[in-house]
Amino acid sequence: MSELTKLTLAAARDALKKKEISAVELTGAYLAEMAAGTALNTYVTVTAEKSMEMAKASDARLAKGAGGALEGLPLGIKDLFCTKDVLTTASSHILDGFRPPYESTVTANLWRDGAVMLGKLNNDEFAMGSSNETSFYGPVVNPWRRKGSDAKLVPGGSSGGSSAAVAAKLCLAATATDTGGSIRQPAAFTGTVGIKPTYGRCSRWGIVAFASSLDQAGPITRDVRDAAIMLTSMAGHDEKDTTSVDRPVPDYEAALGQGVKGLKVGIPKEYRVDGMPAEIDALWSRGIEWLKAAGAEIKEVSLPHTKYALPTYYIVAPAECSSNLARYDGVRYGLRVEGRDITDMYEKTRAAGFGAEVRRRVLMGTYVLSAGYYDAYYLKAQKVRTLIARDFAAAFADVDVLLTPTAPSAAFGIGEKTDDPLSMYLNDVFTVPVNLAGLPGISVPAGLSSDGLPLGLQLIGRTFDEETLLRAAYAVEQAADFKAAPEAWWKA
Amino acid sequence: MMTDFESTMRKREPREEDLIRGATGDWEIILGLEVHAQVTSEAKLFSASSTKFGAEQNTQVSFVDAAMPGMLPVINRYCVEQAVRTGLGLKAQINLRSVFDRKNYFYPDLPQGYQISQFKHPIVGEGEVVLDMPDARTVIVGIERLHLEQDAGKSLHDQHPAMSFVDLNRSGVALMEIVSKPDMRSAEEARAYVTKLRTILRYLGTCDGNMEEGSLRADVNVSVRKVGAPLGTRCEIKNVNSIRFIGQAIEYEARRQIDILEDGGKIDQETRLFDPKTGETRPMRSKEEAHDYRYFPDPDLLPLVLQQADVDAIRRALPELPDEKKARLISAYGLSAYDATVLVSDGARADFFEAVAKGRDAKLAANWVTGDFFAALNREGHAIEQSPVTAKQLGELLDLISDGTISGRIAKQIFDSMYKTGRDPSKIVEDEGLRQVTDFGAIEAAIDAVIAANPDKVEQTKVKPQLAGWFVGQVMKSTSGKANPQVVNEILARKLGLSSDG
Repeated sequence: MSELTKLTLAAARDALKKKEISAVELTGAYLAEMAAGTALNTYVTVTAEKSMEMAKASDARLAKGAGGALEGLPLGIKDLFCTKDVLTTASSHILDGFRPPYESTVTANLWRDGAVMLGKLNNDEFAMGSSNETSFYGPVVNPWRRKGSDAKLVPGGSSGGSSAAVAAKLCLAATATDTGGSIRQPAAFTGTVGIKPTYGRCSRWGIVAFASSLDQAGPITRDVRDAAIMLTSMAGHDEKDTTSVDRPVPDYEAALGQGVKGLKVGIPKEYRVDGMPAEIDALWSRGIEWLKAAGAEIKEVSLPHTKYALPTYYIVAPAECSSNLARYDGVRYGLRVEGRDITDMYEKTRAAGFGAEVRRRVLMGTYVLSAGYYDAYYLKAQKVRTLIARDFAAAFADVDVLLTPTAPSAAFGIGEKTDDPLSMYLNDVFTVPVNLAGLPGISVPAGLSSDGLPLGLQLIGRTFDEETLLRAAYAVEQAADFKAAPEAWWKA
Repeated sequence: MMTDFESTMRKREPREEDLIRGATGDWEIILGLEVHAQVTSEAKLFSASSTKFGAEQNTQVSFVDAAMPGMLPVINRYCVEQAVRTGLGLKAQINLRSVFDRKNYFYPDLPQGYQISQFKHPIVGEGEVVLDMPDARTVIVGIERLHLEQDAGKSLHDQHPAMSFVDLNRSGVALMEIVSKPDMRSAEEARAYVTKLRTILRYLGTCDGNMEEGSLRADVNVSVRKVGAPLGTRCEIKNVNSIRFIGQAIEYEARRQIDILEDGGKIDQETRLFDPKTGETRPMRSKEEAHDYRYFPDPDLLPLVLQQADVDAIRRALPELPDEKKARLISAYGLSAYDATVLVSDGARADFFEAVAKGRDAKLAANWVTGDFFAALNREGHAIEQSPVTAKQLGELLDLISDGTISGRIAKQIFDSMYKTGRDPSKIVEDEGLRQVTDFGAIEAAIDAVIAANPDKVEQTKVKPQLAGWFVGQVMKSTSGKANPQVVNEILARKLGLSSDG
């Protein structure tokens, strides 16, 4: 592995500023790693030429002592973000050949700050999945393997391309999106850091929509500092997204290292679910001890409606997706399969264009919004959603952050759960409530399973209090001192 | 839009004239209208694209209008203000919190696969429209609600032998759907309702009311019932785009329903289309194609929250509306209700009248504006804005009559010339020597000449005084109509020995 790609985002940034390395060198090193890492199937599109052009421009700015906060730093972009003139598919066949004539606000913010685009990262089709197996471009392979096994594991999902590419050092950091855990669960499965900010912190404009009231962009990075740096650039108010919130973006990196002395950390008792593996429970307990040792005050809290979060999510998210995906009709862009008449064309196009999981969710969503079912499902789910948000609000009256496991298991094998959607959905049991309540959450790698796979702890914060969240995450990271890295078997 | 109307509809005694005679008895027509009015606004409801009519196809389409991936709607504040303004003009409840919903269905001219509309929580609630019927009756039609929604694009089926094209210029244009209560009982009332509503919208400047361009279209709900019976099943006639067609569609549809019911059949609740060529309505889609729109709140948009202060500011800036203007014209100018109704039906006409009447004899002004002037406009097919005669010119003409410069008869002749040439009346009077002769000597001379030439008529007039009129005619003729008729009458009466005091 190249020495250059071992640098974290913060370290590479500092080295570039000091002119110890150049953006062209750094970008070249990543392109080489990407070429050697195709077995992981992380990138669906590589923008090599564009990245070298961007790197040259960055070097020119750096040479003049100018440049933004991310100047010359090569990033991977989840294929859910529209990138101007660059193929954007959401890993769906239905967006076949789609090159948006516009740039998403979040990626535009990154380019504004000087970042370099390496390419577009694989994900679950339309971000619907927890294992990156629903992608039209095939599953992403987790760089991590179980001890003594060469079985291919999933990198989590839906941002599996992002998590695997960061873990395998095929980019410095990646953009991702999180609707029910799609940043945090893949981060946990790959030993990386993933933060889903508060709903409204990042603009959704130009991100292919899955469930509008839940979708939120965030980064997957190698450590907490990198996450803070990325989020500072990605976040901000956008007049084009009326759900984005107009409040200043703090310098998140500056919040790190302030320690957690006196911080009140809540432990939600309802997260001790039946059948949780002992090693996850043990990891959680270690996390509690670390924070206590760092001076935090630990308090048990109750989130009584937690058990309704998953069913609520699987009503709200499919309902919104069934409507959001109606625009993929073969009329204006993407795939079209000709038919006898317009209805036949719609049916053939959507049958050919959407994979099984997307079709399942469109059907579920259509069902729960249908006349006669709306009140029993969608309306009830909205009410429960309000109760879940109230649970959190009550808890945050007493504590500053919550600590939970990120996922109920370590990474599982490719194909292991594809026939059992319910067990797949259970992966998101700890992450989904956070989206329903619109809160920020972060996953930090905290240890290894007995099989040698990374496990993550999740911290949940108050709305728009990413600073406290990052502070606590940094403390967990320091205490966990997670140094493990996957063997680079994919280069063989 | 389905609403339970039975409980909210206005109680009305049926009128003989409105009933339709059937084989089994008299039937009453129950009518409610949903009017789609395009909001007057430069930009669309959720995007900055232009709304200009008649542009090249697909040239006024933003990424939002074309429903590109990741695009988000942003509410156009001006359209919201226009809806509030309209609500206030309809004396309606303004809801400070309203919600945009998605109405889901597939159609090629609906790029998002859903229309953003307002379902459960519209921006405007109950209001009313007062109809002035030609027989001086007043009918009050309740407004159930007004909500904002997006228009769809347009499918073009005549551009290619095997394909249909789509024009998205109209996609996303703001519409107000104004739903009436089923308070109308005849085609005439429905026509009067749309006419009045259009007048109000034009006064407010919130919709240009141009039905040919599709800025105003109506869905007409028709049902029939035996007098005193509960409401019948209704059919909705979609997208009727002229006031005349609204009347025709209602008359056809009511008859159709009565015929079915009198034959022992039942009415299927369905949507129908009116075909102007045949004057008939026919079903639009079969039941198996019936839509389940799956309305739900649009998660891309926060609830629309208005401040009472902003609503109050809009209310304070409202223009004078037709009903208020009518009342004022009656009280300030002493106009008849009929003249006032005719004048306020078009704000520009009322303004024209007021400009003419200001500082002049109001009755004379009303007669001229609603008489000769409107007749000329109608004859030439001119809108008032196209009139070759300005209010100032017509006012001058009236002044010339009032100060005796010209007679009323000459004034008509001058008016025709003004309308043809656009010249000032005083100029016409000068150029054509039409000044009225009030010179006693000249008139006396003319009278003397007529008397001298017709001694037999003078004798006859002594027996039959009505014959004096013949002399007036002769004098006017010999003076080319310029003689002041009043002076002629006075002198003639004296000369013929008819004057009681002379």
